[in-house]
Amino acid sequence: MDQITNLLSITLGAILVNNFIFSQFLGCCPFLGVSKKVDTAVGMGIAVTFVMGLASAVCYVVDEFVLGRFGLDYMQTVAFILVIAALVQFIEMFLQKSMPSLYTALGIYLPLITTNCAVLGVVLLNVQNSYNFIESVVYGITGGLGFLLAIVLFASIRERLVFADYPKAFEGFPIALVTAGLMALAFMGFSGLKVW
Amino acid sequence: MDIGNVIAAVVVLGVLGAVFGFVLAVASKIFEVKKDPREEEILSHLAGANCGGCGYPGCSGCAAAILAGEAPVNACAPAGAENHAAIAAIMGEAAPSGERKVAFVRCNGGTNAVKRYEYIGVKDCLSATKVAAGPLECQFGCLGFGSCVAACQFGAMSIGPNGAAVVDPDKCTDCMACAKACPRHLITEVPVSKKVHVACANQDKGKAAMSVCSHSCIGCGLCQKECKKDAIHVVNGVAVIDYDKCVGCKLCTKVCPRDAILPIATAEEKEKYKAIKKAQAEKAAAAKAAETAGAAQ
Repeated sequence: MDQITNLLSITLGAILVNNFIFSQFLGCCPFLGVSKKVDTAVGMGIAVTFVMGLASAVCYVVDEFVLGRFGLDYMQTVAFILVIAALVQFIEMFLQKSMPSLYTALGIYLPLITTNCAVLGVVLLNVQNSYNFIESVVYGITGGLGFLLAIVLFASIRERLVFADYPKAFEGFPIALVTAGLMALAFMGFSGLKVW
Repeated sequence: MDIGNVIAAVVVLGVLGAVFGFVLAVASKIFEVKKDPREEEILSHLAGANCGGCGYPGCSGCAAAILAGEAPVNACAPAGAENHAAIAAIMGEAAPSGERKVAFVRCNGGTNAVKRYEYIGVKDCLSATKVAAGPLECQFGCLGFGSCVAACQFGAMSIGPNGAAVVDPDKCTDCMACAKACPRHLITEVPVSKKVHVACANQDKGKAAMSVCSHSCIGCGLCQKECKKDAIHVVNGVAVIDYDKCVGCKLCTKVCPRDAILPIATAEEKEKYKAIKKAQAEKAAAAKAAETAGAAQ
């Protein structure tokens, strides 16, 4: 029971309270770059969720059984970047062969994620919070879902913003950044949320 | 400083890297996907604008569809005849023939049309049509908010001086992305060499069409009577040109009482044509009178 409550609080925290974009400011570049259309945003969000979940699992194993054993905890960042890059490449090849439909759906977003700071962030946070294997995977997937939620909301607002009548100087990124700031403020409202 | 730490770090990370490298190398062999080299070749002959005019997701989607035989070799209109021939050669088909076409906006209204209300909202044609069926009295008129301009990847669309959208035929590549963006379906394809077009799509007749715009086709049929080549007909209340028959003599533009046919004839031209017609009619009447007089004798 404790375990479930714990996982639930991790889930709630990752999606709403400590949303990767709005309160941890991780993964901001795809958040701003791939959010002009809702369907591409959904593709990016799903790809990030997928990779964050897998990276959490693999990096936990690497950290526990390789880095931990040799006392190389200070090399975590380097090792994790290596792991994530290789993992994404591998997933891409695997999908292209065995799941072409998913491959075309994720498309160009997979290689884009290779150096996404949200992915590196989640595995480093797993270590920082000393999560076990299951907690790590749950945190990875739900963190990705939080990213998905944020980017889809943002993209749907931006789609409408295109038609809005704002001053010329605000066109493009300025108004997008203002929007992102307001959304981050709104997400701060979740900070009091708790699981009993 | 312990040199053992440095060595351990180098060795462990080196081994990790080597293992991942090896796994990727093996995976690339196992999961190798054979790609048809023709797809790349076809892709190199497409326009590369990812305009979506062909109906496929981007140029690579179109190339795959052409290769699969789902799309015709000239599916990519912007690529042009030269590239169509090249793609046909790759696919082992005969090159398609036919004249280049361009988009044309069937409205010359804009500020000539009667406004029902002043629309203040998102600058988008579809959104404007949602508010009480649009700000124009004319249900067929160009709203001029530029959804087609935004859809055009080639800078060929613009809002003309009179507030209706116009196409620059030199820049137009016939991808027809604009036609899909227009909520009033005003944009059609026309052969690039033809210069006479009916710039109105109003299907109402007579007064209903006349009251909403000063440049509307009222379906009077004067052009139809005037055409010597049987190339213009009133269909569903609006004049339509048969481009196979039209020779571009512009007679219809001179008789149109509503200036709905482009290029709009000037008042001078109209007067001149009226005078010629009057002279012809008088001559014919005189000949007829002479004939009847001759028959009476």
